[in-house]
Amino acid sequence: MLTNEIKNILESSQKEGWVLEPDAKKIFAQSGMDVPNFRVATTEEEAVAMASEIGYPVVAKIVSPKALHKSDVGGVKVGLKNEQEIKETFTAFSQFEGFTGLLIEEVVSGVEMIFGAKIDGQFGPVVLLGIGGTSVEIYQDTAIRMAPLRDVDGPSMIESLKAKKLLRGYRGADPIDEDRLCQMLSAFSTLVVDMADSIESIDLNPVMCTTDRCVIADARIILKS
Amino acid sequence: MNFDRMLNPTSVAVVGVSSKNDRHPANIVFKKVRLRYSVKAYAINPRGGELNGEPLYKSLDEIPEPVDLVVIAARAEHVPALFESCIKNNAGGAVLISGGFSEVGNDELQEKVVSIAKEADFPFIGPNCLGIFVPGVVDSLFTPSERMEQVTLGNVAIVSQSGGIMVDLMFKFSAFGVGISKAISIGNKAMAREIELIEYLGKDPDTHVIALYIEGFNENEGREFVKAASSCNKPVVVLKSGKSKVGMEAVSSHTASMAGDYRVFSSILAQYGIVEARDEIEMINFCEVLSCYPRTIGNNIAIITLSGGHGASASDFCSERGFNIPLISTETQEKIREKLSPGIRNIASLTNPVDLTGSALDEDFIATYEILSDSPEFNAILLLVLPYSPSITQDLGAKMSMPTRKRVKPFIAYTSHTDRYKIFIDGFKYNQIPVADTIDGAVMMLEAMRRYQSC
Repeated sequence: MLTNEIKNILESSQKEGWVLEPDAKKIFAQSGMDVPNFRVATTEEEAVAMASEIGYPVVAKIVSPKALHKSDVGGVKVGLKNEQEIKETFTAFSQFEGFTGLLIEEVVSGVEMIFGAKIDGQFGPVVLLGIGGTSVEIYQDTAIRMAPLRDVDGPSMIESLKAKKLLRGYRGADPIDEDRLCQMLSAFSTLVVDMADSIESIDLNPVMCTTDRCVIADARIILKS
Repeated sequence: MNFDRMLNPTSVAVVGVSSKNDRHPANIVFKKVRLRYSVKAYAINPRGGELNGEPLYKSLDEIPEPVDLVVIAARAEHVPALFESCIKNNAGGAVLISGGFSEVGNDELQEKVVSIAKEADFPFIGPNCLGIFVPGVVDSLFTPSERMEQVTLGNVAIVSQSGGIMVDLMFKFSAFGVGISKAISIGNKAMAREIELIEYLGKDPDTHVIALYIEGFNENEGREFVKAASSCNKPVVVLKSGKSKVGMEAVSSHTASMAGDYRVFSSILAQYGIVEARDEIEMINFCEVLSCYPRTIGNNIAIITLSGGHGASASDFCSERGFNIPLISTETQEKIREKLSPGIRNIASLTNPVDLTGSALDEDFIATYEILSDSPEFNAILLLVLPYSPSITQDLGAKMSMPTRKRVKPFIAYTSHTDRYKIFIDGFKYNQIPVADTIDGAVMMLEAMRRYQSC
């Protein structure tokens, strides 16, 4: 069941055709999924205050209905360390077309995964799990299942990834928490089924996975046209 | 939907039989039904008259009994009235061969026909199809009898969107000794879709495996299909075409770009343990093995052979497909060695693959098979035999077929297929042991069983 806030976000994003990142993160947070600690600043003073509240270093991203692919337009800065850098970034990003605010959030890291969803013409809502990051379409190391997921589906999706060793402590790294990953995937699949009438596809890329956290670093919800 | 009467008819009416054109599809079907099957056949033509001394009935109203199956090869616009007449006369169901419906954009007429049938719960197959083929009982194919291969009776049902592919599959299955229970070409699948037929065939005692050729599904039909196929308690094997279709619209997300129609189709079938065959060869092998062993297996395989090369080659195919060839414990090896004939006791290699050598007797194979099938570390047994090996007999297959053992641990054979050794091969086949004609084919069969489950 969708909360009223989620319904309102989906409704008010209709005219853009997609959901702005801060709104998308609200949707996932409300559905029991982990998102980075974030704020949206509309003035420089707010940006400075929020960054110090979150704690440096921080990530800053443009919020604009014109910037669907934020990094393609240079609208993402990672690892801002002080007030000066926040101010410079605010000034630069506020020149972008459609600027409505600056998203400031904690820096998260881990193994980059992708969670995806699509409303398929023949099968309805489906979800995807794969190795994420910017090269996701090069490696195409993904597993697809019909939503909602059953208990057996999450583990079998992980098992079917070619790069599953990367998740299990490759070359001395700590293994990621696969149970947590599966729980989050399952919550995601339920949400996808609930939103099936409104959405076309979703990319959560990357979802940063570590030994104690799976957190959605970026989220894109494309709405049904 | 109940297809019982139309698939096991005692009376058949063919609508559209021509008194002038004996090559009309309806004439071909009528002649075949009249001459080759033990059913009462009636020819219908609204003008009446006769054909070669047979009466042409003007309508179902004139026929003295309610017919079980009506085959319709009349023009599309006459179909609604014909359906009304079928329903009024309590016919058991119809095969609608006629084209001229949705496939040419005439959705309205197709919907009209469906709504008439639905309202009366009147089952029909088609339109725009070849219809049904039930070996020894009836068929509605408008291919003349003399152009058809003999189709072997068996327990695989074929459901196909394409009539041509269906006939091809029937011939190929038969050539490989895989028997057919029913073959149904569903054409535009206006009312009887894959879903309704899986539900029906799932309860059909003559059918053990359901083989489908699918081009695509309508909106959300895939979801219903998966539900039907995964709950029918019989293996469902699918051959898909239209894999290469490229999405027309530009995609704005990675997921939409990576989760194309075919990837989604294939992934979801695997998710629900529906076995997808990549091509006809896999289709035949998969259906053969699943008709003998409708269940799943684990990954550990024991290989018994009399040729080192065949054992090595089978090991490669197994590992390519992700199967293990675990070592046989020394204890088990000793047990086998004690049972072997003196001629090979000291030369047979009893690791896995087990190589019994070219001097092995039938009894050596049987002893090895019995001991390995009792060993819990193996999930299935692969036997690679060469019929020209001098010490084995043509009875090997029959001797090795032990129903209770097979039920516990599936057993698959490979042997070279040549006409000279047909009786040797049939010794396996006739005793429900799947036999492949290539080593890869035998390993493919193992894979079919492994896939028959959620993964």
